[in-house]
Amino acid sequence: MKLKSRHLLGLEGMSRKEINLILDTAETFKQILSRPIRVVPTLRGVTVVNLFYEPSTRTRISFELAEKRLSAEVVNFSAAISSAQKGETLKDTVQNIEAMKTDMVVVRHQASGVPYFLTRCLESSIINAGDGAHEHPTQGLLDLFTIREKYKKIKGLKVVIVGDVKYSRVARSDIWGFSIMGADLSVCGPPTLLPVEIEKMGVRVYSDLDKALEGADTVIVLRIQLERQSGGLLPSLREYTNKFGITKERLKRLNENFTIMHPGPINRGVEITPEVADGPHSVILDQVTNGVAIRMAVLYLLSGGEGKVE
Amino acid sequence: MNKSKKSKISSPAYAGISKQAGEEKGSGFDLAITGGRVIDPETKMDRIADVFVRNGVIKKIEKSKGKPKAKEIINAQGKIVVPGLIDMHTHLREPGREDEETIYTGSCAAVAGGFTSICCMPNTQPPIDNQEAVKFVYQKAKDAKCKIYCVGCITKGQKGEELTEIYDLVRSGVVAISDDGLPVVNPQVLRNALEYSRMFSLPVISHCEDLNLSAKGVMHEGFVSTILGMCGIPSLAEETIVARDVALAEFTKARIHIAHVSTQGSVDLIRQAKKKGIKVTCEATPHHFTLTHEIIKTFDTNAKVNPPLRTKKDVEAIKKGLSDGTIDCIATDHAPHSIEEKEVEFDSAPFGMVGLETALGLVITELINKKVLSWTQAIAKLTTNPARILNLKGGRIKKNSPADITVIDPKASWTVDPSKFLSKSKNFPFGGTKLQGKVFCTIVDGKVVYQG
Repeated sequence: MKLKSRHLLGLEGMSRKEINLILDTAETFKQILSRPIRVVPTLRGVTVVNLFYEPSTRTRISFELAEKRLSAEVVNFSAAISSAQKGETLKDTVQNIEAMKTDMVVVRHQASGVPYFLTRCLESSIINAGDGAHEHPTQGLLDLFTIREKYKKIKGLKVVIVGDVKYSRVARSDIWGFSIMGADLSVCGPPTLLPVEIEKMGVRVYSDLDKALEGADTVIVLRIQLERQSGGLLPSLREYTNKFGITKERLKRLNENFTIMHPGPINRGVEITPEVADGPHSVILDQVTNGVAIRMAVLYLLSGGEGKVE
Repeated sequence: MNKSKKSKISSPAYAGISKQAGEEKGSGFDLAITGGRVIDPETKMDRIADVFVRNGVIKKIEKSKGKPKAKEIINAQGKIVVPGLIDMHTHLREPGREDEETIYTGSCAAVAGGFTSICCMPNTQPPIDNQEAVKFVYQKAKDAKCKIYCVGCITKGQKGEELTEIYDLVRSGVVAISDDGLPVVNPQVLRNALEYSRMFSLPVISHCEDLNLSAKGVMHEGFVSTILGMCGIPSLAEETIVARDVALAEFTKARIHIAHVSTQGSVDLIRQAKKKGIKVTCEATPHHFTLTHEIIKTFDTNAKVNPPLRTKKDVEAIKKGLSDGTIDCIATDHAPHSIEEKEVEFDSAPFGMVGLETALGLVITELINKKVLSWTQAIAKLTTNPARILNLKGGRIKKNSPADITVIDPKASWTVDPSKFLSKSKNFPFGGTKLQGKVFCTIVDGKVVYQG
């Protein structure tokens, strides 16, 4: 089996089969990553450009490691040191880079839709590494992978996404991904941080955290951007913490074998207490480990790979 | 009478425009448009007739018994003959952005779309906020293919602070004032503008947008903006200002015209205001009665307009408002932008799409053929009504009116190809759309300026 598209722009519209293909492939890569020699020649001769217009630590390093472990040739670009600062348009920049013969482009950008825009001006395969508040599909996939690894299933699990849903691309990719895989989904946050008509994405909507957490298996805690307070969406971070912060006390409402996830970076003491983030139910670092395997799987499948890795 | 010449045009196979050789003695008409269905909303005329023109003025409308005589004859059999269309909301970009459009190229697009008069909005660079700027526009307009009417700014530099010298603007020929592109944020300033303009019976055109509510929005706030993770412009941003402006019009007893109405709530507010007898009129654009925010899913920046494309419910409300008379006019909000400016991230692209060359086709396809409006109603919104609001002479087929006439082929179907637009800009999101109804020819002051 192959993926339908040669790009990964988002999880919206993907089939359960395709997602399973990516997760299964990632499982194989995860085994490879546990070997003493963690490099395979799969993408030898393939040139991948990491185009990061926004600061990123985890995602950028994770993609770069995934590419290197597949033996791809890697070029890194970050907007801070590019001609973007001299006023060159995005289209000109990417066409110039592609003119140097590249095969795949991994793009992170602050504006929604930029990966779509690139598919219209480039020949390369485009992988979305996060666009605005739109999607962050590899994060959604690694979240699915982490949950499937832990529970051996996704269908029927009760998943709650807590926090700044409005500005979160992770939330959107998680909502698409988990609903395609048949999980039971809720979102929870203050109304000022929930986008309009979010319920139409097939989620229950709460502003009462205790109610939302009742009987849940997994809580995905979103990062609260510090700007939300100055933007007037929150009276204060302190008040947010009191109302929506994930504390040990609140976890009593969850199912016994629950998991806590966070896409990072964490604001310790704001959306989650250190005790919970570092606690026994936290899979936050597993998410990071799995991210490399997921990105290897995506790169491999988009470069034309089919199913099982040799 | 010269019988041999008459027989030349008597052939039924004859079609289109012909110049008769030699002078027709006795008839004395320069132009006759013959055999078409003539619709004039003002006089409620809708019948087959011949229209005769002399010296750029309509002189006679009647069903000729014999062969009509004139120097030039347009056979309009099977066609619809209407007053030349008037667009009361056009951006021509001159001065300042002649790379996107000029008064001349805009006028070429206008006549190709059946418009014989267009009103250019003053948000140019620099803005048209003084008599010299108005004179510049009218100087340039001398070469234009159609009539250009200038709209002046409400406030100096469109800053929303001090009123422009409105008397000066009126004397130099503006037909309305507007800070279009921006709202007049301070209600006291708009109140003064409304009261002051009453002296000249000058309409004030309001762009209704609460900038605090629209903020960084780039599309309609709704399910699609939620999915796409884009900042939304809520309907509320328009409706709160429509409500405010209606209240100001009631209070000042002045005339206000609401530009580009896009939401159900705005239509409801204006409907109620009209019932109360408040002097409010409004317009809607073809894209707001045709497209919804769904089209943004492709991230096509050509669909980024302000006010934004709204929901299906809003589109239906606009159509309802058009059919029950709440919405007086159809105006294009033709907003040319260069390819370089539009080929960027969605967030960074400017708002606006061109519309002069597709408006009529969309009106016929979406409104007339779908029975939302009758021909007379639709044509009124493109002719008589804007002429009445702006006190223009055109917009009617009546004896002694200027011979601004559009002949429409209602059956011709065509596919929109933005690359063929006469406008300098091609920013239009639904190229490839099949439309019915096409301009057969456009006549300004008795002269054929465009043939389809």
